Amino acid sequence: MATSEHAAVEVEGLVKTFGETRAVDGIDLAVAPGIVYGVLGPNGAGKTTTLRMLATLLRPTAGTARVFGHDVVRDADAVRSCVSLTGQFASIDEDLTGTENLTLIGRLVGFKRADAKDRAAELLAAFGLTEAEGRQVKKFSGGMRRRIDIAASIVVTPRLLFLDEPTTGLDPRSRNQVWDIVRALVADGTTVLLTTQYLEEADQLADRIAVIDHGKVIAEGTSAELKASVGAGAVHVRLVDPAHRPQAQRLLSDALGAQVLLESESVALSARVALDRTDAVASAATVARALDVLATNRIPVADFSLGQPSLDEVFLAITGHPAVEAGSDDPGPDPDATADREVMA
Amino acid sequence: MSTIPADVQADTTFELDDAALRAALSTRARPPRPSGLSTSLTFGWRALLKIKHVPEQLFDVTIFPVMLTLMFTYLFGGALAGSTEDYLQFLLPGILVQTVIFTTVYTGVTLNTDMERGVFDRFRSLPIWRPSPLVGAQLGDMVRYTLGSIVVIVLGIVLGFRPDGGVQGVVAAVALLLVFAFGIGWIFTLLGLVMRTPNAVMSVGMMVLFPLTFASNIFVSPDTMPEWLQTFVDHNPVTRMVTATRGLMAGDPSAGEIGWVLLAALLFTAVFAPIVMRRYQRIN
Repeated sequence: MATSEHAAVEVEGLVKTFGETRAVDGIDLAVAPGIVYGVLGPNGAGKTTTLRMLATLLRPTAGTARVFGHDVVRDADAVRSCVSLTGQFASIDEDLTGTENLTLIGRLVGFKRADAKDRAAELLAAFGLTEAEGRQVKKFSGGMRRRIDIAASIVVTPRLLFLDEPTTGLDPRSRNQVWDIVRALVADGTTVLLTTQYLEEADQLADRIAVIDHGKVIAEGTSAELKASVGAGAVHVRLVDPAHRPQAQRLLSDALGAQVLLESESVALSARVALDRTDAVASAATVARALDVLATNRIPVADFSLGQPSLDEVFLAITGHPAVEAGSDDPGPDPDATADREVMA
Repeated sequence: MSTIPADVQADTTFELDDAALRAALSTRARPPRPSGLSTSLTFGWRALLKIKHVPEQLFDVTIFPVMLTLMFTYLFGGALAGSTEDYLQFLLPGILVQTVIFTTVYTGVTLNTDMERGVFDRFRSLPIWRPSPLVGAQLGDMVRYTLGSIVVIVLGIVLGFRPDGGVQGVVAAVALLLVFAFGIGWIFTLLGLVMRTPNAVMSVGMMVLFPLTFASNIFVSPDTMPEWLQTFVDHNPVTRMVTATRGLMAGDPSAGEIGWVLLAALLFTAVFAPIVMRRYQRIN
C-alpha cells in the first residue's frame, strides 16, 4: 500500500468453507476509514460469515484480512482493540438489566467500577433507555434491544463498528433511529461496516456498497456508480387505467427496443433504456419516442419520469434474481416465486 | 427464540436527542487494558447476577440432594447401618460430594446455553485475556457449589448429623471439594464446548456421573461388593474424594487422601484446561 494511512478493512481472496459449503468464496474488499460501507446481499450470501471473520470470531479458510493494518489471524488482539460487533441476534445478556449489561462491558474494557457505571448511565440516557435501566433486556422491545446492543458496542467508541443487519425486523420508526445513530457515529469519526439485505438501507446510509451473492462480490461502488454500471436509465410510466397496461407494455417494448417490466402496482410499468449520459438530446429523443407512441394510441398517462434505476433493479440486473426482502427468521416463499414482476422482451 | 413477554416496555415516546447522542459518542480514550484476573472476576460477577435474576437455576442443585438424603437415610438407613442416625453420619459427607459433583455438569450446560446466544460473540471480540469468560464462569460456579454444600450440610444437621471435626473440619472439607470440583469442571466445560445442545451435555454428564457416584463408597462401604467392582470403586476418584471428606468432617484427616485429591484436581486442570482453550479459540 502506498498510502501511509491504513485502510479500515483490506480483504484479499477471503474464503470460508463449512464442510462442502463455500460460505465465502474469494471475497476482496477495501474500506476507507471514516465511511459507512454497506455489504448488501440476500440471506445466505456470506455477509455474516465475512463479518465474523473480520471480527476475529471465525478463522478464514484461505485469504487475508486486515483491519487498520492488523491481520485478523496473526494480530487478532490488536484487531479486537479497534473494533466492536453488534450481531444479527442480540449480542447482550438478556437475563441482565440494561445497566448491568453496559457496566459489564465497561468493566471488561478496563473502566473502574464507578466509571463503568457512569458510562452506562450516560449511554442509557443518550439512547433513551434510562427508564428501562433496571429492567431485564428480555423485556425490552425490539427497537430498544437494538439500541442497547449498539450502546454496548460503543462503551469505548471503536474505530470500526460492525453492524450485522442492524435493522432487520425493526419497525420503520426504530429503523430510522438506528440510522440516526449510525450517522452520528460516522460524523464522530467511526468507520461503520454494515450488512443489510435492504437495498433502501444501503442506498440511504452507505458511502460505498459491495453486492455479495453466493459468497462472492459481484459489484462494488457508490450507489450512483452501481446504478450507472447497469448501463441504463429507467423510464417509469404510470397509467390512468390498468386495462391499458398490456397494450402499453407491448407498444413501449417495440418503441424503445427494451425490456418493459410490469411493476407490482397495477398501473405502473418501467423500461430499462440505454442512456447516453454525454448526449442529453439522445436521451430526450428516447423519452419523446415513448411519450409519442402512448399519445398516438390514446393511452392516458398519469405520471412519467426518466431516472436512474433503483438499487432493486440494479440487484436484479446483476444477479438475475431479485433481492429477497424477508427477515432472516422468516425465509419467505420460494425465491423464484417472489419476483413481483414479469419480464417481457 | 422465546416470544417477547406481554409486559414489554412500550417504546413510543422516545426521540433521539442529538446533543446527548453526540456527547455520549465523543470518543473516550480506551482505559488501560484490565488484567486477566480482573476480567475473570468480572465474568464471575456476571454469573452471580444471573443467579440473582434466574434463581430457578438453583432448584436442580438443591432439590435433588435433599431428596436423595431423605430417601437413603429413611428408606435404607436402618437396613444398611442398623439405625438412620448412624447411617446419616456415614452418608452425609458422601451426599455432599455427590451434590457438588453433579453441579459441575451445570457448568457445561450453562456454557453451552450461553454460547448459543450472541453475547458470547461480543465477549470473544473483546481485547481481554482469552480464557477469562470460562475461568469467570467457573468462579461463579464456586458460589453455586458452596450454596449446594450449605443446603446439604444444614439439612444434615437438622436431621441429626454431628461432625466430630467441627466447623473447621466441615469448612476444610467444603474447600477441598471446591478444588476438586474446579478440576472436574474443566471436563464439563469441554463437553459444553463440543456438544450441540444443553440437553446433550446434560445427558452425557448424567450418563457418566451416575455410575461414577453410585459405584463409589458414597452410599455403602464396598466390602460386600464383588471383587471386580471393589477394584473399580477403590480407583474411582469419587471414592477418594469421599474418603478425604469423611476424614476431614470426622476430625481425622488423612494427608494421603487429601494429597491424592489435590493432585487429581491439578491433573484434570492440566489436561483439560489446555484442550478447552484450544477448542474455545476455534469455535465456529
